[in-house]
Amino acid sequence: MSPSVRLQEMIRVIRSARTQGEERGVIQRECAAIRAQFRQADNGGRSHNLAKLLYVHMLGYPAHFGQMECVRLIASPRYNEKRVGYLGAMMLLDENQDASLLITNSIKNDLAHSSQYVQSLALCTLACMGSAEMCRDLAPEIDRLLRASSSYIKKKATLCAVHIVRKVPELGELFTPAARALLAEKNHGVLHGAVILITELCERNAQTLVQFREAVPELVHIMRGLVTSGYSPEHTVAGISDPFLQVRILRLLRILGRNNDTASDAMNDLLAQVATNTDSSKTAGSAVLYETVLTVMDIKSESGLRVLAVNILGRFLLNNDRNIRYISMTSLQKIVSTDHNAVQRHRGTIVDCLKDQDASVKRRALELSLALVSAINIRSMMKELLLFLSTCPPELKSHAASVTVIPLRQAGADVRDETVPNLIQLITNASQLHCYTVHKLYRALVADISQQPLVQVACWCIGEYGDSLLQGDCEETEPIQVTEDDILDALETVLQSHMSSPATRGFALTATMKLSTRITENVDRIRSIVSIYGSCMDVELQQRAVEYNALFKKYDHMRAAVLEKMPVMDRSSMGQTNGESGGGGVQELEPTKPKQPEMMVAPQPASQVGGGEGGGGHGF
Amino acid sequence: MHFLLLFSRQGRLRLQKWFTPTPEREKKKIIRDMTAMVLARKPKTCNFLHWMDLKVVYKRYASLFFCLAIDDQENELLALEILHRYVELLDKYFGNVCELDIIFNFEKAYFILDEFLIGGEVQETSKQTVARCIERLSSLRNSCRRLRL
Repeated sequence: MSPSVRLQEMIRVIRSARTQGEERGVIQRECAAIRAQFRQADNGGRSHNLAKLLYVHMLGYPAHFGQMECVRLIASPRYNEKRVGYLGAMMLLDENQDASLLITNSIKNDLAHSSQYVQSLALCTLACMGSAEMCRDLAPEIDRLLRASSSYIKKKATLCAVHIVRKVPELGELFTPAARALLAEKNHGVLHGAVILITELCERNAQTLVQFREAVPELVHIMRGLVTSGYSPEHTVAGISDPFLQVRILRLLRILGRNNDTASDAMNDLLAQVATNTDSSKTAGSAVLYETVLTVMDIKSESGLRVLAVNILGRFLLNNDRNIRYISMTSLQKIVSTDHNAVQRHRGTIVDCLKDQDASVKRRALELSLALVSAINIRSMMKELLLFLSTCPPELKSHAASVTVIPLRQAGADVRDETVPNLIQLITNASQLHCYTVHKLYRALVADISQQPLVQVACWCIGEYGDSLLQGDCEETEPIQVTEDDILDALETVLQSHMSSPATRGFALTATMKLSTRITENVDRIRSIVSIYGSCMDVELQQRAVEYNALFKKYDHMRAAVLEKMPVMDRSSMGQTNGESGGGGVQELEPTKPKQPEMMVAPQPASQVGGGEGGGGHGF
Repeated sequence: MHFLLLFSRQGRLRLQKWFTPTPEREKKKIIRDMTAMVLARKPKTCNFLHWMDLKVVYKRYASLFFCLAIDDQENELLALEILHRYVELLDKYFGNVCELDIIFNFEKAYFILDEFLIGGEVQETSKQTVARCIERLSSLRNSCRRLRL
């Protein structure tokens, strides 16, 4: 039986084991046999024994006793044994193992071997697991091989140099001249490696970066050649000429053009050419376009080119391939702060992606939508976002809580008057979101009370859903211990702050009042807050305080009914309110008929309190 | 690139290539995590995941999942092309490659990989050139075996 069949036979036996225990037994026997074989002298089957051990290692069993065998096999003159030895070294030895140093000498010898296949084994292994010390030892050898005549060796040596530079950045200087010369290579494999090497050198050394900026015209020339070249059986993938090389060159150009006008100018036309001529119907072309967009956005490109890049991303959003939609969104997310207006143009498509099947795409769309909310579009955006929340998968709900806070924070104080009541209506109607909405808004309120719209919505929600806040645990946010005192402190801070507008204080006072039916212990505190404002200078606040006081004293039996939770608001009635009296919120500011506590606490069933004249009006 | 993993739908590892030095215990943990994450993905989701500070690109070919972890800087779409290229090379060598080929000839799968990637980077962008190298190495291996070299 030839040795290789023994390996495959062992695999077959292991696979046919019916239980984990049986498998362990088989493997223990095999390992014992392999150990014994290792101890024997050269028996012609060494490589196969090591291969068997490597298989066992892949199954998760310990194989460290094979390390010395790897060292021995690497030193063997037989090619097949060397090959398995090096494979073993790459799998079992890494730079943290002491045994790895022992192979340095073998690698050195093999790097100078007459057979390029042996040289290749050594190069591959060094690039895979070479430690810093080994790299320092062998760097001169690698530099010599960078000038070899064989492309086969050159391309491997180049990537080996890349590994060395990553491990020992100071050695970069050694490779810089050779790297520069390699740019003239015609062989794509070598050129590809050279571009990677130059990228590494430039990333680690600022002077080298300056030096290689002079190579930009050469890189542009190579790239142009690739883009305009016709079909080549060797390199064309889905109509794109060597996408791997194109992407690497684009990445290098990005590094060279960053923060440098001259270099960026030199590559401007090329980038425009790549952006317009690359066919993105398949992944290869999209990969090149994606890299082009990343480069354009990162260098000092002309505004026209930037708009072109953002439009490419916008087009990607409409692509059938969800991978492309996903990366388009991640890219838009990165640039939304710097190129906000350009991204806003694609807001419609982004919001549509909230309905995408793919959870990753949905999450990205949510983050991006939140970033795009502004004072102008807040109403329509909030509508879309809350609609999304009611149907979104559970793993996204934790992000969802930000949906209420971030738009308000971003829109700032500039929102139109009817925005606040509209948002409140939207929140009320999304009943399953009350819990974490109030948590999130409470946290935002505690952090900052300067943004009036945010404070108003927060006060309203705390008043309505304060009981959820006190319960503390809400599945979608981290648990937070909020006591009744904490909530009342927050509301009082709003009431007393000079930053709060009269309307805001109205919200806060009413919210405090509502809490009297939702909390149990601090009702006295509420009573005292309310009575203080009975002599407030602001007529509206005084009005309310007096009426609420009455609710505590004379009409205490009705207090619970009056302050019950608001029902779901009818959208059409909100619309009417907006038309008639300038919005539910604005109605807030019109003075109620003076000194008629009976109006508010008239013995009506609770449902009429909310559904009366429209939306949120007197219910507040 | 940080690592390349191939595993079956039952979570059995078929190939592992690590491009950064990682302790053995951590490798095992990463394999467990990756396998769990990728196998939990629904069929119609995109091929990209986030894990720690890495981007993970995975694709299923027949009964095997190919899983590649790349840096933040690297191009995910190109990573998909890299995975695809590797599968094409395996297919060219084994002829209609299937999971069993990779199980019983795992060392050859590694040899093929080592002609395509080195140190976590693509070493040769031409599919034909890599395929030719592999053929040459295969016949070299056979002739060495015959001559006991």
